[in-house]
Amino acid sequence: MTILRKFGAFVTGSARLAFLGGNRYYYAWLAVLGLCIGQALFAYAHQFQVGLISTSMRDSVSWGYYIGNFTFLVGVAAAAVLLVVPAYVYDWKPIKEVALFGELLAVAAIVMCLLFVLVDMGRPDRFWHILPFVGRMHLPSAIMAWDAIVLNIYLAVNLTVASYLVYCAYHGIHYNKKFVWPLVIFSIPMAVSIHTVTAFLYNGMASRPYWNSAILAPRFIASAFCSGPALLLILFQILRKVSAFEIKDEAIHKVAELMAYAMGFNLFLFGAEVFKEYYSDTHHLVHYEYLFAGLHGHPSPIAPYAWMSLAFAVISFFLFLIPRTRRNFITMNVGCVLIYASVYIEKGIALIIPGFTPDQLGQVYAYVPSVTELRVAAGVFGIGFLLFTLMVKVSVGLLFGGVRERATG
Amino acid sequence: MRELPTLPMPVPAPPAEGYTRREAVVMGLFALAAAATTTGCAADALAYDEFVQKHFKDLSPEELQDRLAQMEKRYREQFGTAIKVSATPPMEGVLFGYALDLSRCIGCRRCVYGCVEENNQSRTPQTHWITVLEMDKEEGVNLQDANAYYEHETVPAPGKFYMPVACQHCENPPCVKVCPVEATWKEPDGIVVIDYDWCIGCRNCIAACPYGARRFNWTTPGLPKDEINPNTEYLGNRPRQRGVVEKCSFCLQRVRKGLYPKCVEVCPVGARKFGNLLDPTSEIRYIIENKRVFILKEELNTQPKFFYYYGL
Repeated sequence: MTILRKFGAFVTGSARLAFLGGNRYYYAWLAVLGLCIGQALFAYAHQFQVGLISTSMRDSVSWGYYIGNFTFLVGVAAAAVLLVVPAYVYDWKPIKEVALFGELLAVAAIVMCLLFVLVDMGRPDRFWHILPFVGRMHLPSAIMAWDAIVLNIYLAVNLTVASYLVYCAYHGIHYNKKFVWPLVIFSIPMAVSIHTVTAFLYNGMASRPYWNSAILAPRFIASAFCSGPALLLILFQILRKVSAFEIKDEAIHKVAELMAYAMGFNLFLFGAEVFKEYYSDTHHLVHYEYLFAGLHGHPSPIAPYAWMSLAFAVISFFLFLIPRTRRNFITMNVGCVLIYASVYIEKGIALIIPGFTPDQLGQVYAYVPSVTELRVAAGVFGIGFLLFTLMVKVSVGLLFGGVRERATG
Repeated sequence: MRELPTLPMPVPAPPAEGYTRREAVVMGLFALAAAATTTGCAADALAYDEFVQKHFKDLSPEELQDRLAQMEKRYREQFGTAIKVSATPPMEGVLFGYALDLSRCIGCRRCVYGCVEENNQSRTPQTHWITVLEMDKEEGVNLQDANAYYEHETVPAPGKFYMPVACQHCENPPCVKVCPVEATWKEPDGIVVIDYDWCIGCRNCIAACPYGARRFNWTTPGLPKDEINPNTEYLGNRPRQRGVVEKCSFCLQRVRKGLYPKCVEVCPVGARKFGNLLDPTSEIRYIIENKRVFILKEELNTQPKFFYYYGL
């Protein structure tokens, strides 16, 4: 019973911490996220009422912006936890905090992933069909069923570790290393597996030559190692300004250096793909032509974004590669934004849409997301960022804020 | 009289006292869903049954009969007309195959619209199970050069030839492989079917199909009462719902009763042939053995049971 009471106190205490005692900017940020979510509820209600015809997806391009966002966020979730590896290898002092914030980001990202899948479903009321035991998971053959499994395990592991660490901080007890570290270690291969399985979802379909490439999964991992840390680097800088969270400049610069290697590898893999397509010049080249230019004399609506993504990737690669710009916080933060934008476009737009254009019978449908899709997506990001903000607020308050005495006393 | 369906089905779970775990969990989920939606599910007596609807293969023969009756009731309410829903099992010793003579097809699309009427496709928006591709005779079969949206006053247009494409009923169907919930599968007579009551609308099958054969109901299908074909099948042409995938079923409701598919029947030039691949004396076997036959995207190893040939 005491454990229940202790847990109850933790929950109410956390809620108090999450919503009270923020500054002006904090509440303004919450209000912005609230607006994103509020407007999205109306957009989703409309979609729920009329069906997915309110999106721009059609039989030709049957997955679009929602699934692109899903894929991007799987990468963010994976890379957030992978940051534990360098933290361990280079023995950064706040490794517990790096692990914790990585895991909180992973939780928020996976929640967004699941929401993006849910809003993309034709029959969200039948989501239970893909649950184990009550539904009918198509194992071992369907990669999507595997993806559901690994994503949910990953969510459960990260949620467990993160809430356990915060719970211990709340009650001022020292966390049990023997419980936490095996789970953290387990979450590292899990992080790789969620992004690999998601890549295999596309990779395994011979009907879509654009995705049917063996380096798709390595490309996913490489690009994820750019986007996830970009978010965390910015978060760490904010946190050490507004709280007692400490992280050395060296650690931040080391992450930036690792991102340069990841982006370099990502660009190399992309170049290998581009070489193979253009040099062999088969019918499969049409998808790259659609990505970078257009087909049958019509410019492709996604081509400007594809070039933008490539330019951002190259610029941020050099910003992070050159020690001077890497160690300068202004150029490093510009690099973070560019790298995040680059991977967002690469996964959100450049991965899904060209795979479907032209379609399997050679027909071209120029997909551009509808207003409903953009609004719903804004809401999903709103929910994810809100969740992340609240979780970080609680954790920071408990770990560095000296709030513990107030909460228990 | 035909017997009750004898599709190969897993042994149904023994009737338990009270609720099974599955039923209990599903009922809980329904309560949540009913509370969460504003569509008035709670007031609808059939809605609960439809929500907890089992997978087709999990239905016992009795449950299947109940389900068919329930469905007919629902359709009568929805359309104001009687619709018969059957679950005709596949015939023994039959594996259906299709052949299409590219040298005869004139691209008139009678098959497309015959199919729409027979199979209760949506009229608004229009859903077609058959796509007729127009290509240049000079180019030959090149999908990157194909046009599905030709609009000539008369066909065939000079210098063009036509290639209708629908579900190829692969022996190794990628759509079945990727479906996360087993809502689509290959029947013993080779027909790839969909359980519209189990499909979650994830559209992975559409992505996986190399032939662009699958259609999604992006909105509630518009099917006027007086245009309904009332002879329907559970896994075939019964009216569909919004948010699920559908496609050609080789006119399951006809071919399992010994009739030709509608498209074969309406083709004005006799370009379409259909029959039992396991019967050495069938027309389809004659074509495969004696004509220049090819299959689409052979290198993908999907092993279509839809053969194109040049008969003239």
